[in-house]
Amino acid sequence: MNLSELKEGQTATVARVGGDGHFRRRLLEMGFLRGTEVYVEKYAPLRDPIELILKGYHLSLRVDEAANIDVEEVRSGE
Amino acid sequence: MPEKSITIALAGNPNSGKSTIFNNLTGTRQKVGNWPGVTVEKKEGHLKTNVYDLSVVDLPGTYSLTAYSIEEIVARNFILDEKPDVVVDIIDASNLERNLYLATQLRELDTKVIFVLNMADLARERGVKIDADKLSELLDVPVVFTVGNRNKGTRDLLETIMSVAEAEIDLPRTRRVYYGKDIEKAVGELSEFIKEKTTAELPYHTRWVAIKLLENDGIVKERVLQSANPKGEAILQEAELKRQRLRDFFDEEPEIVMTDHRYGFIAGIVKEVVKTVSKQRVDVSRQIDQVLTNRLLGLPIFVFFIWAMFQLTFSLGAYPMDWIDAGVGWLGQAVGQILPEGLFRDLIVDGMIAGMGSVAIFLPNILILFFCIALFEDSGYMARAAFLMDKVMHLIGLHGKSFIPMLMGFGCNAPAIMATRTLESEKDRILTILINPLMSCAARLPVYILLAGAFFGARAGNVIFSIYALGIVLAISIGRLFRSTLLRGKVAPFVMELPPYRVPMLKGLLIHMWDRSKIFLRKIGGVILIGSVVVWFLSAFPREVQFSRDYEAEIAGISDHYRPLISAAHGDLRERLLGKKDETISGLETLQAREKIERSYIGRLGRVLTPVFAPIGMDWRGSVAVLTGFVAKEIVVSTMGVLYTVGADEDEKSEALKVALRKSNMTPLSAYAMMTFVLIYVPCLATVAVIRRETNSWKWAAFSITYSTTLAWLVAFMIYQGGKAIGLG
Repeated sequence: MNLSELKEGQTATVARVGGDGHFRRRLLEMGFLRGTEVYVEKYAPLRDPIELILKGYHLSLRVDEAANIDVEEVRSGE
Repeated sequence: MPEKSITIALAGNPNSGKSTIFNNLTGTRQKVGNWPGVTVEKKEGHLKTNVYDLSVVDLPGTYSLTAYSIEEIVARNFILDEKPDVVVDIIDASNLERNLYLATQLRELDTKVIFVLNMADLARERGVKIDADKLSELLDVPVVFTVGNRNKGTRDLLETIMSVAEAEIDLPRTRRVYYGKDIEKAVGELSEFIKEKTTAELPYHTRWVAIKLLENDGIVKERVLQSANPKGEAILQEAELKRQRLRDFFDEEPEIVMTDHRYGFIAGIVKEVVKTVSKQRVDVSRQIDQVLTNRLLGLPIFVFFIWAMFQLTFSLGAYPMDWIDAGVGWLGQAVGQILPEGLFRDLIVDGMIAGMGSVAIFLPNILILFFCIALFEDSGYMARAAFLMDKVMHLIGLHGKSFIPMLMGFGCNAPAIMATRTLESEKDRILTILINPLMSCAARLPVYILLAGAFFGARAGNVIFSIYALGIVLAISIGRLFRSTLLRGKVAPFVMELPPYRVPMLKGLLIHMWDRSKIFLRKIGGVILIGSVVVWFLSAFPREVQFSRDYEAEIAGISDHYRPLISAAHGDLRERLLGKKDETISGLETLQAREKIERSYIGRLGRVLTPVFAPIGMDWRGSVAVLTGFVAKEIVVSTMGVLYTVGADEDEKSEALKVALRKSNMTPLSAYAMMTFVLIYVPCLATVAVIRRETNSWKWAAFSITYSTTLAWLVAFMIYQGGKAIGLG
């Protein structure tokens, strides 16, 4: 499962980050490391981008960008 | 008297409160410019103590120090090449883990670092307590607490800066990031290899170079090639070999594994220094966002904010605009009276004062617009605006942050283009700048009102709306075209932080507003002054015109003719005669003015260009009008007033001018074609000057002029000829 398939109010754990070199590295630098918990705060009114909470801060990603992040242990709530 | 000068670089993540600390340190003694060769904003400030003369450089806010983004390169190169005495890293205490990522990278550079834990009060409110002594001990770096928005801790910071700058501290060689056995081995071996191979001094310390080479850092590779010649090639080969081995071993790019290790190192530190005392209390920022980025309310509220910004800009701005207008008029008159009649007076009054005045009048709008933008930025709303609008802007291949500059373009393109500074990707910035003039600015509206009013009557509103819509459609198509050709490349990733909302500080807002407005003011004194003088010259020369009639004599004759009649008449009749006399004379004067401009250089140019403008339905008068419109678009109206012989004081509401236009050989079709031409063609002088500055290149400014004028001609041609072909006009 990937991050863009999550619904609002769900939490998951990062399993693997894909995508090309620069973009992938940027995601890792922003904290998307294996084992990091990510909470889906909300989708923008036009359904794109997504607002996420990880490592205690809020970050937004486009849906097709979030699709590069594989997640596991999907559960409801923070 | 200060004896020593030291340089301090401020580094930190975006939204870490860096610019507030910078303002606290330097006050208003700031200088804003660009970093050499790039369009990233450089801020520098100064302060004096009794011993030191400190110069503080605000580095671009970054999350990391890779060689991928221009901001990161700029920040890194400044630290490496300019060797500031102290690097101060501003760390948002409530977001410690991610902020420490940059901090660990700064510590790897060969430089003295101070950590500033900013907004620790906020962190404490959230139940996070940071043990500064422990942090300082673990990383071997002095740590200072500040609360930027209350100006707390600034003195502490200054004292620490000075003592660190003074001290002969050994740079921390221990307690650095440990990259794991295999990578450390590769780093060690590569370092040895570099030391053996290089006779020339590498500009940076070896361990760092080895780490960067293993991370495949483009810039460091280049530097190694340059400075370690002829052995550079061998070093890079060795590094690639090691990278290959590590890649095989980890089944992963080495730089990714290293990022992992840095965060691992940070996690260890965070565990030791952070005490979470209580569960998080109410998160105000998050609650605000429940409303402001709400699925249903988010967009309407955004539209309201934008509407309010424009209302404020144009309704509140109208008052000072009137004052400036009156002031410029008064100044022109006063100077006109002091100076003797002649060429010099005309140059000063009609060329310089009128030219600069026509641009200076936008200053109030610009101040207010920039104040609003600073408010959006400093409060944290700008990131939300980008969040809301990204989907829309993505259609053109742009980032959500481009929306605000595009929208500001409807007011005035010059400040709108300056607002593109908030965009991080250079390609995004250039694309936004290039298509911005297609947003029809307020100065073009009088032209539409005049032409649509004259030829479309009750449908004028719809016609004008269609012109605006055409601009938007063109912006989207041209944007997509440029994105897939000239400015090809990936759309900048939307990895954007949504920082907590903050109450902006008035001082910060005013500094932001003023910094940008200053740039605009400087333009008025520079390029705009020169341009106005050139256009004035073209329309005022040649001085001695051979008129077809002797206007002076005719006017004198009319005065002579009426004088006895008027002195004999009384009451009503006298008034009527006086009126008749003035009317006849001003009619003649207008004819004379028309002939003068017709025979001036710009008039001749217009005539020469007739074959160019004829296919789009414009005669020589239209051509001259659009030529003069280069200074400022609204001048098209006053030039047409002169050329259609109703007088230069006519504005877009003038009935006389409308009648004159209808009587000329213009048709609704050619009027529409002219409106589209005015919409698209060359941006005004002020905008061109700003494009030059913001892209840092004459090339882009010239490109903007060429593409817009060509496009304008093509579109007007299609409309005019197409319309004729289907029997309109």
